[in-house]
Amino acid sequence: MRTLWVHLLVLLSANVVSAQQCDLVLSGKVLDFHDQSPLSGAVIEVTARDLYAQTDPLGSFTLKGLCPGVYELQVSHPECSTIFRVVEISEDSEIKISLEHHIEELEEVLVTGESDPNEVASQAEAVLNTETLREFSGASLGDALKRISGVNSINTGSNIVKPVIQGLYGSRVIVMNNEVRMQDMEWGEEHAPTVDINAADRVRVLKGSSALRYGSDAVGGIILMEGSLFPARDSIWGATQITGNTNGRGGTIGSEVNRTWDSGMYASVQGSYRRSGDLEAPDYLLTNTGTQQLGLSLEVGKRSFTSGWNVYYSYFDTDIAVLRSSHIGNVDDLIRSINSGEPEFIEPFSYDLAEPRQEVNHHLGKAEYFRRIEGVGKWEIQYDFQRNRRFEFDINRSSSDIGRPAIDLTLTTHTLQSFLTIDKFSGRKLEFGISGRYQDNFANPDTGVRRLIPDYDRYEAGAFGALEWELSPFWVFDGGMRLDFSRIDARKFYRTSRWNERGYQEDFGDIVVEDLGTQLLTNPVLDYTTFSVASGLSWIPDTQWTVGVNLSASQRAPNPAELFSDGLHHSAARIELGDLRIDKETSYKGAITANYNSQKLSAEVTPYYNYISDFILLEPEGVEFTIRGAFPVWNYRQTNAALLGLDVNINYEWTDMLSSQHQFSLVKGRDLDQDGPLINIPAANTRNAVQLELEELNNLRFGLESRYVFRQNETPENIIVFSPEQNQDVELEINTAPPAYHLMNFNAGLDFELSGKTTLAVNLRVQNLWNTSYRDYLNRLRYFADSPGRNWVLDLRINY
Amino acid sequence: MYNTNNTKTMNSGKITLKLLALIAVFGFWSCSDDDDPAPIDEEETITTLTAVLAETGGSTITLQSRDLDGDGPDAPVITVSGPLAANTSYAGAITLLNETESPAENITEEIEEEDDEHQFFFATTGNINSVTYADQDDDGNPVGLSFVLTTGDAGAATITITLRHEPKKPNDGTLSDAGGETDIAQSFTLDIQ
Repeated sequence: MRTLWVHLLVLLSANVVSAQQCDLVLSGKVLDFHDQSPLSGAVIEVTARDLYAQTDPLGSFTLKGLCPGVYELQVSHPECSTIFRVVEISEDSEIKISLEHHIEELEEVLVTGESDPNEVASQAEAVLNTETLREFSGASLGDALKRISGVNSINTGSNIVKPVIQGLYGSRVIVMNNEVRMQDMEWGEEHAPTVDINAADRVRVLKGSSALRYGSDAVGGIILMEGSLFPARDSIWGATQITGNTNGRGGTIGSEVNRTWDSGMYASVQGSYRRSGDLEAPDYLLTNTGTQQLGLSLEVGKRSFTSGWNVYYSYFDTDIAVLRSSHIGNVDDLIRSINSGEPEFIEPFSYDLAEPRQEVNHHLGKAEYFRRIEGVGKWEIQYDFQRNRRFEFDINRSSSDIGRPAIDLTLTTHTLQSFLTIDKFSGRKLEFGISGRYQDNFANPDTGVRRLIPDYDRYEAGAFGALEWELSPFWVFDGGMRLDFSRIDARKFYRTSRWNERGYQEDFGDIVVEDLGTQLLTNPVLDYTTFSVASGLSWIPDTQWTVGVNLSASQRAPNPAELFSDGLHHSAARIELGDLRIDKETSYKGAITANYNSQKLSAEVTPYYNYISDFILLEPEGVEFTIRGAFPVWNYRQTNAALLGLDVNINYEWTDMLSSQHQFSLVKGRDLDQDGPLINIPAANTRNAVQLELEELNNLRFGLESRYVFRQNETPENIIVFSPEQNQDVELEINTAPPAYHLMNFNAGLDFELSGKTTLAVNLRVQNLWNTSYRDYLNRLRYFADSPGRNWVLDLRINY
Repeated sequence: MYNTNNTKTMNSGKITLKLLALIAVFGFWSCSDDDDPAPIDEEETITTLTAVLAETGGSTITLQSRDLDGDGPDAPVITVSGPLAANTSYAGAITLLNETESPAENITEEIEEEDDEHQFFFATTGNINSVTYADQDDDGNPVGLSFVLTTGDAGAATITITLRHEPKKPNDGTLSDAGGETDIAQSFTLDIQ
């Protein structure tokens, strides 16, 4: 195959050479897409030819001695992802190349390169670059993502942070780690993505579900964590970062080393470790909120224009203590916590991680190969393996059970997928892909606690096709469709009383395998076929404006929690109940993205409307009595829902030194069947920041950030429960939202050049500058304690 | 040129086949994994609270709350064996069982062993004069597995028995001061004759 390709190439070039004069000049500029500033040091290589050029400080480059014909250019820059461009030259030409993904812009020459095969032209996309990510070295992915307008988080305390995109979270948001879809029990509200933010060089967020390559069920959006891209030249570089924080009296240390070779080989190793003790709210210590986290990743690969391979392995281990006071006995304890306004257990500072706590580890291995087929495009194949183990330790009644988890789940996933990108048609790019997945969940019976999630096997198969078409220099169309099939084959024990209460005997009587008296062993086998389509149209009237319209319909099969949840959650004193009858949900979403980019101003406004039929939600519904008293029952149910929202993002450069950022996001969620508000919808919020940067003074920088979160005024009604302690019905203020709050953050930094290639960046940050006491509506621990107060962070980063 | 194209098509065809074969292999593996999981008897649950009230040299009255499905949908079944006599002292003794296990596990012993981390609380309404503790933990604080209940005149009364895990000890005898987590909270309606 390889020799064939070479022959072909030689044949082709020989043809060209013999027929034409070879004295053409291709010149151009390489610019940063975001602010259109010139990029110096970018390398432009004519692939398969020994011809390259580097950009000067003005971003300009010149390639001489070209013959008329079609060339493929590889454009790389240390801070941007490498892109490939196809240019057709018949006379001396000038081109402009924008690095850093984003919406494709008008080009003088036809461009069909694969800057990013997954990027969707008409859709809002936001990016966190390495610099921003490193600010959150001691925090989590979910915290960093809040920098993006329209992204919030749902928390369990400060250490368990799940991203919420345009009001949706959990299984509706896909997290991709290095092209691998994370399979980490994302269904639980208290399950954070098991990824190390220190391993990512760039994080992109695609709002909406258009990137069908990754799956059809990302009704909310997709978070793409990406590693470094490695240039094909002999080099070695790395970085070490040490962060210390006062709140929690902890710190993070992280390091990475990268090696690249001329041959296109590369190798990279990265690790980070974080330790922190009890956090502190302004008025009291948050007993048992420490954390410990370890992340490791290794990558080896080889990449050339024609082919490449990559092997990646990462390990992530996190041990998170959950606020002691949040572990409660029954509804009276909850009422007491809500009324007291202060956590019940306040003990001296400690690094101990005591019960309740979680321990999760995640192994991820990936092998990938691609080959570019001349005249066709690019073919990729990828296999990945993941093993996610989750332990949850509750406070046991008996001290003899200490150290014995209440939850012990092992989720093992194998995925094989293949993609074919066809870029031989100028102005049109086609992409096809198929994928297969097998997943096994094992719930260890040694816990002595009934399984919250049963043992199951899941099989998935999917296929998709997508098209990106430049209709004219001003119009780009993209569209695609995806078909998925999934089967869950579970082995679940039901309490006979629950089986009868749900009325399952009539509908599911035939799945009972064995009757054990008080329990029934069942074998539910559930099949789902989901179909998704997405299309978008972008209008690019000039280099400054882009207006895109995106329409999509996507279906999501229910996750195991929605189907099978069955038990008591001590962390929130609630009984959670899934339902076997839950069927797939269908989302219809329309969004408009208006984007303006000039030298000084960049602005983006994204209004959207999302109608979801058979939306699956979890809501407090009633109460059940046990010997411990009453417990609110949280039931999964389906309804028709609508989300209407607006995200605004404005950046303005006042002078060379002074810039500011303004963001606002608002989303309204309605339960259309019950004509009431949806639960857990983020409150409107606005973020405003100013940054002063003096380049000549060692990049001396100061920044001030204000984050204002409004009160969520639209929440479902509270429920009425019987309190044995008070011997009467009382209102349980389980849905009442806490008041609005305003946080100020400060940062200052300096860069030093230690030697030729070694730089040191020193940053000081103060979070929650005024030590404001607040609680957030989307924090599950808001019933029990305030959020953390002021935190000083000192951060040293050496790049070498 | 046509030749090359054909080769390519064949090649990608082969690749697709290989892929399908691989997926099939995965499917195969998993199908063999059909072992039934072991049932779990809830070990942390208390299903049954029994309080026996014994009149000195006289009759005994049994108060019982029994919830055999634990966290399941069925509410506890509450029984009181008969009316109490007016103006009488009863010696009370509490037994706790987990009847989801067979044989039933006696949790009373566990509370006795870890009595410094547990305490029962008795809240009454109506014609009960007093409930006093008749036992102590090693630190001299009350536990409540044994108690003395004294009835008043004939009439109606209720008693709510609450077991708290890790309460503040010593406390002022109220639930709100004690804090901790509730392991049991049951109310009984009594008839005093």
